[in-house]
Amino acid sequence: MTAPVLADALGPRGRRQARIASVVALLAIGALVVVAFGRLSGRGQLEARLWEPFTQWSVLKFLLGGLANTAKVAALAMTGALVVGALMALARLSALSIMLAVPVPKGRTDSFLSRVRVRVFPLRALAGAYVEFFRGVPLYLLIVFCAFGLPPSGIDVSLFQALVLGLVLYNSAILGEVFRAGILSLDRGQSEAAFAVGLGYWPAMRLVVIPQAVRRMVPAIVSQLVTLLKDTSLGVVITYEEFLRRTQISAEFFDNILPGAIVAAAVYIVINYSLSQVARRLEVRQRRRYQAGSIQVSGVEDLAVVGAQAGSQMGGSAA
Amino acid sequence: MGVVLDNLDQFLTGMRATVVLTLASFAIAAVLGLLAAGFRVSPVPPLRVAGAFYVNIVRNTPLAVLFVLFYFGLTKVGLVYEPFVTAIIVLSLYTGTFVAETVRAGINSVARGQGEAARSLGMTFPQLLTVVVLPQAVRTVVQPLGSIFIALIKNSALATIISVSNLGKTADALVTQTAEYVPIYLGTAVAYLLLTLPSGQAVGWLERKVAIRR
Repeated sequence: MTAPVLADALGPRGRRQARIASVVALLAIGALVVVAFGRLSGRGQLEARLWEPFTQWSVLKFLLGGLANTAKVAALAMTGALVVGALMALARLSALSIMLAVPVPKGRTDSFLSRVRVRVFPLRALAGAYVEFFRGVPLYLLIVFCAFGLPPSGIDVSLFQALVLGLVLYNSAILGEVFRAGILSLDRGQSEAAFAVGLGYWPAMRLVVIPQAVRRMVPAIVSQLVTLLKDTSLGVVITYEEFLRRTQISAEFFDNILPGAIVAAAVYIVINYSLSQVARRLEVRQRRRYQAGSIQVSGVEDLAVVGAQAGSQMGGSAA
Repeated sequence: MGVVLDNLDQFLTGMRATVVLTLASFAIAAVLGLLAAGFRVSPVPPLRVAGAFYVNIVRNTPLAVLFVLFYFGLTKVGLVYEPFVTAIIVLSLYTGTFVAETVRAGINSVARGQGEAARSLGMTFPQLLTVVVLPQAVRTVVQPLGSIFIALIKNSALATIISVSNLGKTADALVTQTAEYVPIYLGTAVAYLLLTLPSGQAVGWLERKVAIRR
Protein backbone atom coordinates (compact mmCIF):
# COMPACT_ATOMS: atom_id res chain seq x y z
CA MET A 1 0.00 0.00 0.00
CA THR A 2 1.51 3.31 -1.05
CA ALA A 3 1.56 5.92 1.67
CA PRO A 4 -1.41 8.02 0.61
CA VAL A 5 0.23 11.25 1.68
CA LEU A 6 3.14 10.84 -0.71
CA ALA A 7 1.43 10.17 -4.03
CA ASP A 8 -1.96 9.85 -5.68
CA ALA A 9 -3.00 6.68 -7.43
CA LEU A 10 -0.76 6.25 -10.47
CA GLY A 11 -1.88 7.21 -13.96
CA PRO A 12 -1.16 5.18 -17.11
CA ARG A 13 2.38 6.48 -17.50
CA GLY A 14 3.19 6.01 -13.82
CA ARG A 15 1.81 2.49 -13.93
CA ARG A 16 4.02 1.68 -16.90
CA GLN A 17 7.10 3.03 -15.09
CA ALA A 18 6.19 1.07 -11.97
CA ARG A 19 5.92 -2.08 -14.09
CA ILE A 20 9.36 -1.51 -15.58
CA ALA A 21 10.82 -0.83 -12.14
CA SER A 22 9.15 -4.01 -10.89
CA VAL A 23 10.84 -6.10 -13.55
CA VAL A 24 14.23 -4.52 -12.85
CA ALA A 25 13.79 -5.00 -9.09
CA LEU A 26 12.70 -8.61 -9.55
CA LEU A 27 15.76 -9.32 -11.66
CA ALA A 28 18.04 -7.72 -9.07
CA ILE A 29 16.45 -9.66 -6.21
CA GLY A 30 16.58 -12.88 -8.24
CA ALA A 31 20.28 -12.28 -8.95
CA LEU A 32 20.90 -11.78 -5.22
CA VAL A 33 19.12 -15.01 -4.35
CA VAL A 34 21.06 -16.91 -7.04
CA VAL A 35 24.38 -15.52 -5.77
CA ALA A 36 23.47 -16.40 -2.17
CA PHE A 37 22.50 -19.96 -3.01
CA GLY A 38 25.51 -20.31 -5.30
CA ARG A 39 27.72 -19.28 -2.42
CA LEU A 40 25.98 -21.67 -0.02
CA SER A 41 26.25 -24.67 -2.33
CA GLY A 42 29.73 -23.68 -3.54
CA ARG A 43 30.94 -23.96 0.06
CA GLY A 44 29.05 -27.18 0.58
CA GLN A 45 26.61 -25.64 3.06
CA LEU A 46 23.59 -27.10 1.30
CA GLU A 47 24.80 -30.69 1.61
CA ALA A 48 22.19 -32.98 3.09
CA ARG A 49 24.71 -34.16 5.68
CA LEU A 50 24.55 -30.73 7.39
CA TRP A 51 20.77 -30.43 7.41
CA GLU A 52 19.88 -34.05 8.02
CA PRO A 53 20.37 -33.89 11.84
CA PHE A 54 17.30 -31.64 12.08
CA THR A 55 15.17 -34.57 10.91
CA GLN A 56 16.42 -36.93 13.63
CA TRP A 57 14.03 -37.31 16.51
CA SER A 58 16.81 -37.30 19.14
CA VAL A 59 18.08 -33.94 17.87
CA LEU A 60 14.59 -32.52 17.61
CA LYS A 61 13.83 -33.66 21.14
CA PHE A 62 16.97 -31.94 22.37
CA LEU A 63 16.07 -28.69 20.58
CA LEU A 64 12.44 -28.84 21.70
CA GLY A 65 13.69 -29.23 25.25
CA GLY A 66 15.62 -26.00 24.74
CA LEU A 67 12.49 -24.35 23.43
CA ALA A 68 10.64 -25.55 26.54
CA ASN A 69 13.36 -24.00 28.72
CA THR A 70 13.00 -20.76 26.76
CA ALA A 71 9.24 -20.86 27.34
CA LYS A 72 9.74 -21.52 31.05
CA VAL A 73 12.15 -18.60 31.42
CA ALA A 74 9.88 -16.33 29.39
CA ALA A 75 6.71 -17.23 31.29
CA LEU A 76 8.29 -16.75 34.69
CA ALA A 77 10.07 -13.54 33.70
CA MET A 78 6.89 -12.11 32.12
CA THR A 79 4.87 -12.76 35.27
CA GLY A 80 7.57 -11.31 37.49
CA ALA A 81 8.11 -8.25 35.30
CA LEU A 82 4.37 -7.51 35.10
CA VAL A 83 3.92 -7.73 38.88
CA VAL A 84 7.04 -5.75 39.80
CA GLY A 85 6.34 -3.25 37.02
CA ALA A 86 2.82 -2.63 38.31
CA LEU A 87 4.15 -2.12 41.85
CA MET A 88 6.74 0.33 40.55
CA ALA A 89 4.13 2.31 38.65
CA LEU A 90 1.88 2.53 41.72
CA ALA A 91 4.84 3.56 43.87
CA ARG A 92 5.88 6.23 41.38
CA LEU A 93 2.36 7.66 41.38
CA SER A 94 1.87 7.37 45.12
CA ALA A 95 1.10 10.55 47.00
CA LEU A 96 2.64 9.24 50.18
CA SER A 97 4.82 11.99 51.54
CA ILE A 98 6.58 12.97 54.71
CA MET A 99 7.73 16.33 55.94
CA LEU A 100 11.36 16.62 56.80
CA ALA A 101 12.97 19.40 58.75
CA VAL A 102 16.25 20.33 57.14
CA PRO A 103 18.73 22.79 58.60
CA VAL A 104 19.19 25.93 56.55
CA PRO A 105 22.78 26.22 55.25
CA LYS A 106 24.90 28.52 57.39
CA GLY A 107 25.60 31.17 54.79
CA ARG A 108 21.89 31.83 54.23
CA THR A 109 21.15 34.72 56.55
CA ASP A 110 18.00 35.82 54.75
CA SER A 111 15.99 33.28 56.75
CA PHE A 112 15.27 33.78 60.42
CA LEU A 113 14.55 30.05 60.68
CA SER A 114 17.28 27.61 61.44
CA ARG A 115 15.34 24.78 59.77
CA VAL A 116 12.87 24.57 56.89
CA ARG A 117 10.30 21.88 56.29
CA VAL A 118 10.51 20.04 52.98
CA ARG A 119 7.99 17.57 51.57
CA VAL A 120 9.57 14.40 50.22
CA PHE A 121 7.99 11.43 48.47
CA PRO A 122 10.01 8.39 49.57
CA LEU A 123 8.12 5.80 47.52
CA ARG A 124 8.26 7.92 44.41
CA ALA A 125 11.96 8.53 44.80
CA LEU A 126 12.76 4.86 45.40
CA ALA A 127 10.70 3.58 42.50
CA GLY A 128 12.03 6.37 40.27
CA ALA A 129 15.61 5.41 41.06
CA TYR A 130 14.83 1.74 40.42
CA VAL A 131 13.24 2.44 37.05
CA GLU A 132 15.88 4.90 35.83
CA PHE A 133 18.70 2.60 36.89
CA PHE A 134 17.49 -0.66 35.39
CA ARG A 135 16.16 0.98 32.24
CA GLY A 136 19.48 2.63 31.55
CA VAL A 137 21.84 -0.33 31.73
CA PRO A 138 22.14 -3.14 29.16
CA LEU A 139 20.15 -6.29 29.84
CA TYR A 140 23.31 -8.20 28.94
CA LEU A 141 25.10 -6.66 31.91
CA LEU A 142 22.23 -7.43 34.31
CA ILE A 143 22.09 -11.08 33.27
CA VAL A 144 25.85 -11.55 33.43
CA PHE A 145 25.91 -9.87 36.84
CA CYS A 146 23.10 -12.06 38.17
CA ALA A 147 24.80 -15.20 36.87
CA PHE A 148 28.42 -14.53 37.78
CA GLY A 149 28.34 -11.63 40.23
CA LEU A 150 25.72 -12.82 42.71
CA PRO A 151 27.09 -16.30 43.60
CA PRO A 152 30.54 -15.01 44.73
CA SER A 153 28.70 -12.36 46.78
CA GLY A 154 26.97 -15.09 48.72
CA ILE A 155 23.65 -15.13 46.88
CA ASP A 156 23.36 -18.57 45.40
CA VAL A 157 21.41 -18.52 42.14
CA SER A 158 21.24 -21.10 39.39
CA LEU A 159 21.76 -20.05 35.77
CA PHE A 160 18.01 -20.37 35.25
CA GLN A 161 17.26 -18.09 38.20
CA ALA A 162 19.93 -15.63 37.10
CA LEU A 163 18.45 -15.36 33.60
CA VAL A 164 14.92 -14.89 34.97
CA LEU A 165 16.10 -12.35 37.54
CA GLY A 166 17.99 -10.30 34.96
CA LEU A 167 14.98 -10.27 32.64
CA VAL A 168 12.62 -9.31 35.49
CA LEU A 169 14.83 -6.43 36.69
CA TYR A 170 15.15 -4.95 33.20
CA ASN A 171 11.62 -5.50 31.94
CA SER A 172 9.91 -4.47 35.18
CA ALA A 173 11.58 -1.08 34.84
CA ILE A 174 10.32 -0.70 31.30
CA LEU A 175 6.84 -2.04 32.03
CA GLY A 176 6.72 0.26 35.07
CA GLU A 177 7.14 3.16 32.68
CA VAL A 178 4.45 1.75 30.40
CA PHE A 179 1.99 1.43 33.28
CA ARG A 180 2.78 4.87 34.59
CA ALA A 181 2.40 6.44 31.16
CA GLY A 182 -0.88 4.57 30.67
CA ILE A 183 -2.32 5.84 33.92
CA LEU A 184 -1.09 9.39 33.31
CA SER A 185 -2.46 9.39 29.77
CA LEU A 186 -5.95 9.22 31.19
CA ASP A 187 -7.78 12.51 31.46
CA ARG A 188 -7.56 13.94 34.96
CA GLY A 189 -11.31 14.43 34.93
CA GLN A 190 -11.76 10.68 35.19
CA SER A 191 -10.15 10.38 38.61
CA GLU A 192 -11.57 13.74 39.72
CA ALA A 193 -15.07 12.55 38.84
CA ALA A 194 -14.46 9.31 40.72
CA PHE A 195 -13.35 11.23 43.82
CA ALA A 196 -16.31 13.60 43.42
CA VAL A 197 -18.82 10.74 43.63
CA GLY A 198 -17.17 9.70 46.86
CA LEU A 199 -14.78 6.95 45.84
CA GLY A 200 -11.54 6.69 47.76
CA TYR A 201 -8.10 6.34 46.14
CA TRP A 202 -8.08 2.55 45.74
CA PRO A 203 -11.73 2.17 44.60
CA ALA A 204 -11.21 4.98 42.09
CA MET A 205 -8.08 3.27 40.80
CA ARG A 206 -9.72 -0.13 40.62
CA LEU A 207 -13.06 0.88 39.13
CA VAL A 208 -12.25 3.90 36.98
CA VAL A 209 -8.60 4.54 36.25
CA ILE A 210 -6.97 1.14 35.81
CA PRO A 211 -9.63 -0.45 33.54
CA GLN A 212 -9.36 2.46 31.11
CA ALA A 213 -5.60 2.71 31.32
CA VAL A 214 -5.08 -1.01 30.72
CA ARG A 215 -6.89 -0.81 27.38
CA ARG A 216 -4.44 1.78 26.17
CA MET A 217 -1.48 -0.16 27.47
CA VAL A 218 -2.25 -3.61 26.07
CA PRO A 219 -0.47 -3.22 22.70
CA ALA A 220 2.61 -1.72 24.33
CA ILE A 221 2.67 -4.46 26.96
CA VAL A 222 2.32 -7.26 24.42
CA SER A 223 5.06 -5.85 22.25
CA GLN A 224 7.39 -5.52 25.25
CA LEU A 225 6.64 -9.12 26.17
CA VAL A 226 7.62 -10.16 22.65
CA THR A 227 10.90 -8.32 23.16
CA LEU A 228 11.33 -10.18 26.45
CA LEU A 229 10.85 -13.48 24.65
CA LYS A 230 13.48 -12.46 22.12
CA ASP A 231 15.84 -11.49 24.92
CA THR A 232 15.66 -14.90 26.59
CA SER A 233 18.23 -15.85 23.94
CA LEU A 234 20.76 -13.91 26.04
CA GLY A 235 20.83 -17.09 28.10
CA VAL A 236 23.46 -18.15 25.59
CA VAL A 237 26.06 -15.82 27.12
CA ILE A 238 25.73 -17.45 30.53
CA THR A 239 25.48 -20.93 28.91
CA TYR A 240 21.99 -21.57 30.22
CA GLU A 241 20.51 -24.25 27.98
CA GLU A 242 17.70 -22.33 26.37
CA PHE A 243 16.86 -22.76 22.70
CA LEU A 244 19.73 -20.81 21.15
CA ARG A 245 22.32 -22.46 23.42
CA ARG A 246 20.99 -25.90 22.51
CA THR A 247 21.14 -25.16 18.78
CA GLN A 248 24.76 -24.18 19.35
CA ILE A 249 25.53 -27.37 21.26
CA SER A 250 24.01 -29.49 18.51
CA ALA A 251 25.83 -27.40 15.88
CA GLU A 252 29.15 -28.07 17.59
CA PHE A 253 28.37 -31.76 17.65
CA PHE A 254 27.34 -32.05 14.01
CA ASP A 255 29.70 -29.31 12.80
CA ASN A 256 26.82 -27.48 11.11
CA ILE A 257 27.04 -24.01 12.62
CA LEU A 258 25.49 -22.15 9.71
CA PRO A 259 22.49 -24.46 9.23
CA GLY A 260 22.02 -24.48 13.02
CA ALA A 261 21.99 -20.69 13.22
CA ILE A 262 19.56 -20.50 10.29
CA VAL A 263 17.19 -22.97 11.93
CA ALA A 264 17.41 -21.07 15.24
CA ALA A 265 16.67 -17.78 13.49
CA ALA A 266 13.74 -19.32 11.60
CA VAL A 267 12.13 -20.64 14.78
CA TYR A 268 12.49 -17.29 16.57
CA ILE A 269 11.15 -15.43 13.54
CA VAL A 270 8.04 -17.60 13.29
CA ILE A 271 7.24 -17.26 17.00
CA ASN A 272 8.00 -13.55 17.31
CA TYR A 273 6.33 -12.61 14.05
CA SER A 274 3.10 -14.33 15.04
CA LEU A 275 3.13 -12.63 18.44
CA SER A 276 3.86 -9.25 16.84
CA GLN A 277 0.87 -9.75 14.58
CA VAL A 278 -1.26 -10.33 17.68
CA ALA A 279 0.06 -7.07 19.14
CA ARG A 280 -0.72 -5.22 15.93
CA ARG A 281 -4.22 -6.65 15.75
CA LEU A 282 -4.88 -5.61 19.35
CA GLU A 283 -3.65 -2.12 18.53
CA VAL A 284 -5.91 -1.77 15.51
CA ARG A 285 -8.90 -3.20 17.35
CA GLN A 286 -8.55 -0.95 20.35
CA ARG A 287 -8.08 2.11 18.17
CA ARG A 288 -11.22 1.28 16.24
CA ARG A 289 -13.20 0.54 19.37
CA TYR A 290 -12.15 3.33 21.65
CA GLN A 291 -10.87 5.88 19.15
CA ALA A 292 -7.87 6.30 21.35
CA GLY A 293 -4.28 5.71 20.41
CA SER A 294 -1.95 3.75 22.56
CA ILE A 295 0.61 5.36 24.76
CA GLN A 296 4.12 6.26 23.72
CA VAL A 297 6.90 5.20 25.99
CA SER A 298 10.55 5.78 25.47
CA GLY A 299 13.18 3.27 26.34
CA VAL A 300 12.38 0.37 24.13
CA GLU A 301 12.70 0.03 20.41
CA ASP A 302 9.53 -2.02 19.91
CA LEU A 303 7.44 0.29 22.02
CA ALA A 304 8.74 3.26 20.16
CA VAL A 305 7.53 1.73 16.94
CA VAL A 306 4.12 0.86 18.29
CA GLY A 307 3.79 4.36 19.72
CA ALA A 308 4.70 5.99 16.45
CA GLN A 309 2.35 3.73 14.52
CA ALA A 310 -0.49 4.98 16.60
CA GLY A 311 0.69 8.43 15.60
CA SER A 312 -1.06 9.64 18.69
CA GLN A 313 -0.38 13.04 20.07
CA MET A 314 -1.56 12.17 23.53
CA GLY A 315 0.12 13.36 26.65
CA GLY A 316 1.63 11.11 29.21
CA SER A 317 4.69 10.27 27.22
CA ALA A 318 7.31 9.12 29.62
CA ALA A 319 10.27 10.68 27.87
CA MET B 1 35.26 1.07 44.72
CA GLY B 2 39.03 1.15 44.59
CA VAL B 3 39.15 -1.31 41.70
CA VAL B 4 37.05 0.98 39.57
CA LEU B 5 39.18 4.03 40.30
CA ASP B 6 42.38 2.08 39.67
CA ASN B 7 41.11 1.02 36.26
CA LEU B 8 39.45 4.25 35.29
CA ASP B 9 41.45 4.44 32.08
CA GLN B 10 40.11 1.05 30.99
CA PHE B 11 36.56 2.19 31.67
CA LEU B 12 37.16 5.32 29.61
CA THR B 13 38.56 3.24 26.74
CA GLY B 14 35.53 0.98 26.95
CA MET B 15 33.17 3.94 26.95
CA ARG B 16 34.90 5.39 23.92
CA ALA B 17 34.61 2.04 22.12
CA THR B 18 30.90 1.82 22.98
CA VAL B 19 30.33 5.36 21.67
CA VAL B 20 32.19 4.61 18.43
CA LEU B 21 30.27 1.36 17.95
CA THR B 22 26.95 3.09 18.63
CA LEU B 23 27.53 6.12 16.42
CA ALA B 24 28.86 4.12 13.47
CA SER B 25 26.03 1.59 13.68
CA PHE B 26 23.39 4.28 14.07
CA ALA B 27 24.64 6.17 11.03
CA ILE B 28 24.47 3.06 8.86
CA ALA B 29 21.16 2.02 10.42
CA ALA B 30 19.69 5.42 9.54
CA VAL B 31 20.63 4.97 5.88
CA LEU B 32 19.36 1.38 5.84
CA GLY B 33 16.16 2.37 7.60
CA LEU B 34 15.44 5.26 5.24
CA LEU B 35 16.09 2.99 2.27
CA ALA B 36 13.86 0.22 3.60
CA ALA B 37 11.10 2.69 4.50
CA GLY B 38 11.37 4.15 1.01
CA PHE B 39 11.08 0.65 -0.44
CA ARG B 40 8.02 -0.08 1.68
CA VAL B 41 6.09 3.01 0.55
CA SER B 42 7.20 2.81 -3.10
CA PRO B 43 4.70 1.95 -5.84
CA VAL B 44 6.92 -0.95 -6.99
CA PRO B 45 5.59 -4.23 -5.54
CA PRO B 46 8.86 -6.25 -5.50
CA LEU B 47 10.59 -3.45 -3.60
CA ARG B 48 7.73 -3.30 -1.11
CA VAL B 49 8.00 -7.02 -0.54
CA ALA B 50 11.79 -6.80 -0.20
CA GLY B 51 11.48 -3.96 2.36
CA ALA B 52 8.86 -5.84 4.38
CA PHE B 53 10.94 -9.02 4.19
CA TYR B 54 14.04 -7.31 5.58
CA VAL B 55 12.14 -5.55 8.36
CA ASN B 56 10.08 -8.52 9.52
CA ILE B 57 12.85 -11.09 9.28
CA VAL B 58 15.63 -9.16 10.97
CA ARG B 59 13.47 -7.46 13.59
CA ASN B 60 12.08 -10.76 14.82
CA THR B 61 15.46 -12.42 15.09
CA PRO B 62 17.09 -12.02 18.50
CA LEU B 63 20.26 -9.96 18.37
CA ALA B 64 22.25 -12.81 19.91
CA VAL B 65 21.16 -15.08 17.03
CA LEU B 66 22.27 -12.46 14.52
CA PHE B 67 25.68 -12.26 16.17
CA VAL B 68 26.05 -16.05 16.07
CA LEU B 69 24.83 -16.20 12.47
CA PHE B 70 27.11 -13.45 11.18
CA TYR B 71 30.21 -14.21 13.18
CA PHE B 72 30.28 -17.99 13.34
CA GLY B 73 27.95 -18.82 10.46
CA LEU B 74 29.09 -16.62 7.60
CA THR B 75 32.72 -17.64 7.94
CA LYS B 76 31.49 -20.99 6.65
CA VAL B 77 30.64 -19.42 3.29
CA GLY B 78 33.88 -17.51 3.15
CA LEU B 79 32.54 -14.18 4.35
CA VAL B 80 35.13 -13.41 7.01
CA TYR B 81 35.24 -9.95 8.54
CA GLU B 82 36.97 -8.52 11.52
CA PRO B 83 34.88 -8.83 14.69
CA PHE B 84 34.56 -5.03 14.89
CA VAL B 85 33.17 -4.84 11.35
CA THR B 86 30.85 -7.77 12.03
CA ALA B 87 29.55 -6.02 15.16
CA ILE B 88 28.78 -2.88 13.18
CA ILE B 89 27.11 -4.88 10.41
CA VAL B 90 24.92 -6.80 12.87
CA LEU B 91 24.00 -3.81 15.03
CA SER B 92 23.15 -1.61 12.05
CA LEU B 93 21.16 -4.32 10.27
CA TYR B 94 19.13 -4.92 13.44
CA THR B 95 18.67 -1.25 14.30
CA GLY B 96 17.87 -0.38 10.68
CA THR B 97 14.62 -2.34 10.89
CA PHE B 98 13.42 -0.24 13.81
CA VAL B 99 14.42 2.96 12.04
CA ALA B 100 12.52 1.78 8.96
CA GLU B 101 9.34 1.12 10.92
CA THR B 102 9.59 4.44 12.71
CA VAL B 103 10.19 6.44 9.55
CA ARG B 104 7.33 4.71 7.77
CA ALA B 105 5.00 5.36 10.70
CA GLY B 106 6.17 8.97 10.78
CA ILE B 107 5.36 9.49 7.11
CA ASN B 108 2.00 7.79 7.52
CA SER B 109 1.22 10.01 10.50
CA VAL B 110 1.11 13.08 8.23
CA ALA B 111 -2.50 13.74 7.24
CA ARG B 112 -3.27 12.73 3.69
CA GLY B 113 -4.77 16.16 2.94
CA GLN B 114 -1.33 17.70 3.40
CA GLY B 115 0.03 15.80 0.41
CA GLU B 116 -3.08 16.46 -1.64
CA ALA B 117 -2.86 20.18 -0.89
CA ALA B 118 0.82 20.25 -1.85
CA ARG B 119 0.13 18.46 -5.14
CA SER B 120 -2.78 20.71 -6.00
CA LEU B 121 -0.45 23.67 -5.51
CA GLY B 122 1.71 22.11 -8.21
CA MET B 123 4.59 21.08 -5.98
CA THR B 124 6.96 18.50 -7.36
CA PHE B 125 7.62 15.29 -5.45
CA PRO B 126 10.93 16.47 -3.91
CA GLN B 127 9.26 19.72 -2.87
CA LEU B 128 6.33 17.85 -1.38
CA LEU B 129 8.70 15.64 0.54
CA THR B 130 11.11 18.27 1.83
CA VAL B 131 8.75 21.20 2.37
CA VAL B 132 5.53 19.56 3.51
CA VAL B 133 5.77 15.94 4.60
CA LEU B 134 9.18 15.53 6.21
CA PRO B 135 9.04 18.59 8.50
CA GLN B 136 5.78 17.25 9.91
CA ALA B 137 6.96 13.65 10.05
CA VAL B 138 10.09 14.64 12.01
CA ARG B 139 7.98 15.66 15.00
CA THR B 140 6.49 12.22 15.47
CA VAL B 141 9.79 10.52 14.73
CA VAL B 142 12.22 12.28 17.07
CA GLN B 143 11.15 10.56 20.26
CA PRO B 144 11.02 6.97 18.90
CA LEU B 145 14.32 7.49 17.06
CA GLY B 146 15.84 8.68 20.31
CA SER B 147 14.61 5.54 22.05
CA ILE B 148 16.15 3.47 19.28
CA PHE B 149 19.47 5.25 19.74
CA ILE B 150 19.46 4.60 23.49
CA ALA B 151 18.48 0.97 22.90
CA LEU B 152 21.45 0.74 20.52
CA ILE B 153 23.85 1.97 23.20
CA LYS B 154 22.63 -0.85 25.41
CA ASN B 155 22.48 -3.44 22.63
CA SER B 156 26.07 -2.75 21.64
CA ALA B 157 27.08 -4.54 24.86
CA LEU B 158 26.24 -7.78 23.07
CA ALA B 159 29.29 -7.26 20.87
CA THR B 160 31.10 -8.80 23.83
CA ILE B 161 29.90 -12.18 22.51
CA ILE B 162 32.33 -11.81 19.62
CA SER B 163 35.02 -10.11 21.77
CA VAL B 164 34.68 -6.66 20.27
CA SER B 165 35.94 -4.04 22.66
CA ASN B 166 33.18 -2.07 24.42
CA LEU B 167 32.11 -1.34 27.98
CA GLY B 168 30.68 -4.83 28.43
CA LYS B 169 34.00 -6.32 27.32
CA THR B 170 35.84 -4.03 29.73
CA ALA B 171 33.72 -5.37 32.59
CA ASP B 172 34.34 -8.91 31.40
CA ALA B 173 38.11 -8.45 31.26
CA LEU B 174 38.37 -6.66 34.62
CA VAL B 175 36.20 -9.22 36.37
CA THR B 176 38.40 -12.01 35.04
CA GLN B 177 41.49 -10.17 36.24
CA THR B 178 40.40 -9.05 39.67
CA ALA B 179 37.34 -11.16 40.61
CA GLU B 180 35.85 -8.04 42.21
CA TYR B 181 32.40 -8.63 40.79
CA VAL B 182 30.18 -6.13 42.51
CA PRO B 183 32.29 -2.95 42.22
CA ILE B 184 33.19 -3.61 38.60
CA TYR B 185 29.68 -4.40 37.42
CA LEU B 186 28.36 -1.41 39.37
CA GLY B 187 31.01 0.81 37.83
CA THR B 188 30.10 -0.46 34.37
CA ALA B 189 26.43 0.20 35.05
CA VAL B 190 27.27 3.76 36.09
CA ALA B 191 29.34 4.18 32.92
CA TYR B 192 26.36 3.06 30.84
CA LEU B 193 24.06 5.41 32.74
CA LEU B 194 26.51 8.22 31.97
CA LEU B 195 25.80 7.49 28.30
CA THR B 196 22.09 6.64 28.35
CA LEU B 197 20.72 9.23 30.78
CA PRO B 198 22.22 12.28 29.01
CA SER B 199 21.07 10.80 25.68
CA GLY B 200 17.56 10.64 27.09
CA GLN B 201 17.81 14.27 28.21
CA ALA B 202 19.07 15.29 24.77
CA VAL B 203 16.19 13.51 23.07
CA GLY B 204 13.69 15.25 25.35
CA TRP B 205 15.30 18.59 24.56
CA LEU B 206 15.21 17.87 20.81
CA GLU B 207 11.60 16.79 21.07
CA ARG B 208 10.59 20.05 22.75
CA LYS B 209 12.58 21.97 20.17
CA VAL B 210 10.76 20.52 17.15
CA ALA B 211 7.37 20.47 18.84
CA ILE B 212 4.79 23.00 17.79
CA ARG B 213 2.07 24.21 20.06
CA ARG B 214 -1.30 23.70 18.46
